[in-house]
Amino acid sequence: MNKTPFFARFGKSEASVAWLFMAPGLLLLALFVFWPIIYSIPLALTNYSVIGKTDFVGFDNFVKALQDKSFITSLINSLLYVIVVPFIQFFSILMAILVNSNVRGIKLFRTAYYIPVVTSMVAVALIWGWLLNQNGVVNYILSNVGLMQERITWLSNKNTALWTLMFITMWKGLGYYMMIYLAGLQSIPKDLVEAAMIDGANRAQTIRKITIPLLKPYVFFCSLISLMAAIRVFDEVFILTMGGPGDATLTSSLYIYQQGFQQFNFGYSSALGLIVSVIIAALSIVIFRFNRKGGVNPY
Amino acid sequence: MSKIGAFLLYTLMIIVALICLGPFLWLLSTSLKTGENLYAFPPQFIPNPITFENYVKVFDIMPLWNYMWNTVVMTASGVGLNIIFCLITAYPLARLSFPGRNFIFFAIISTMILPNAAGMIVNFITINKLGLYNSMMGVVIPSAISVFNVFLLRQAFITIPREMEDSARVDGAGEFRIFCSIMVPMIKPTISTVLIFDFMAFWNSFLWPIIVLDDPKKYPLAPALSYLQGSLSFNFAYIAVGTIISIIPIIVIFLILQKQFINGMVGAVKG
Repeated sequence: MNKTPFFARFGKSEASVAWLFMAPGLLLLALFVFWPIIYSIPLALTNYSVIGKTDFVGFDNFVKALQDKSFITSLINSLLYVIVVPFIQFFSILMAILVNSNVRGIKLFRTAYYIPVVTSMVAVALIWGWLLNQNGVVNYILSNVGLMQERITWLSNKNTALWTLMFITMWKGLGYYMMIYLAGLQSIPKDLVEAAMIDGANRAQTIRKITIPLLKPYVFFCSLISLMAAIRVFDEVFILTMGGPGDATLTSSLYIYQQGFQQFNFGYSSALGLIVSVIIAALSIVIFRFNRKGGVNPY
Repeated sequence: MSKIGAFLLYTLMIIVALICLGPFLWLLSTSLKTGENLYAFPPQFIPNPITFENYVKVFDIMPLWNYMWNTVVMTASGVGLNIIFCLITAYPLARLSFPGRNFIFFAIISTMILPNAAGMIVNFITINKLGLYNSMMGVVIPSAISVFNVFLLRQAFITIPREMEDSARVDGAGEFRIFCSIMVPMIKPTISTVLIFDFMAFWNSFLWPIIVLDDPKKYPLAPALSYLQGSLSFNFAYIAVGTIISIIPIIVIFLILQKQFINGMVGAVKG
């Protein structure tokens, strides 16, 4: 666009108006978005902490990290957590198919499924903490229907704690992904499905050959964001188990938090953060490539 | 649809609804129980007797008003600042021409794909250096702008037809007038989406307030509930009441604005 005479008259160029508008926002972005990205690298090369003086220590923090058993455990737990990703896609697609109709009251059901998404993780974690304790409702129901002999302390048993947390994460998140998949389902042209039906395809076939392939971009998107969320899982772990029992539910975000904000080893914590960032980036690339190659292509 | 089909569909939908809402009903039932029934096994699904005493007493036992006020202050200032800063940053990127515009835009959105697990440490150091440790300002200011919202609002500003602006310019309106009285009203749907998601993010925020606030009295509801649950062995009916109070506003807002919620979310995905 050319400068209009209007600006000239007031001695203000469009560019100066633009910078004036953006200045406060850019300042904040520089401080809280760009600076953390830049500064976390040199920070990771120091032993910066609240006490003592700060020295440049080269790659010591990274060497230390690789020998740090708790950190390795936390990485393994975080990677295990990624198991929720395919389950989330599976169940949320099923839920989306379930509510993708125009029957009476369908909006009410969709709303109900979305309620866990809008509530805070603190509330959700507290509720499930009660439901899952030894004398809780879950044990009562499971033993009554004969699925269980003795009552399990789900969150304080090292064999079940991590899986239980994954369940809670899924329970809270499914409604969100369901809505995205629902949008995907509704973008599929109806005549495509009808044509297939006329050609003699049954419902299962149309789902497999039409619905799922057309949902692929949505699966890609949802997998990517649920993957990132899974690796960074924090709130539910912090509220319910604090990484315990032992290190059974110690996730990398929790360990980074502990090193940074409980031990105040900012340099070390920053190095751990960088390692995790690289892993997240690598996994995202895997998903990107999987997507390009066609992934689970039913054709 | 056949009758059997409809029956099956509704049965399935009701089962899923029970799984989704059951825990909240349990929370409600817990909050209405008297002391000894809380720990009963088998658990009582419908409280007997029903008591509202917990709802009254809880305000004497924990500073709930205080926590609610903190949450309101945090959410209102956070949402307000975020929407203003995102709007004024997004607008020039969409509608004004100046050298370096594309560079700035791509620099901003490229941060969306960079995972930054160490960012919180740096932000904490920054907040400390600014002297904002243990203050609500320190909680809110790092989220006073968000890259994703800038992106969404820029995309919305771009779609406004040029003629709107030109005719205002012919009438002699200044750049700021055009922004306030033409541009912003034109993208109301996107703004309401951003508002809703900001509201949700601030109201439910948990980790950052815990990091920045040293004094638990300054905590908003979510961190406060977790803190009370962990540090004091309360009769958990009180925590249940606190939890209910913390989720009511967000559920009410969701129910009122659910259309914008869902359209906005889907729009955000497509964007």
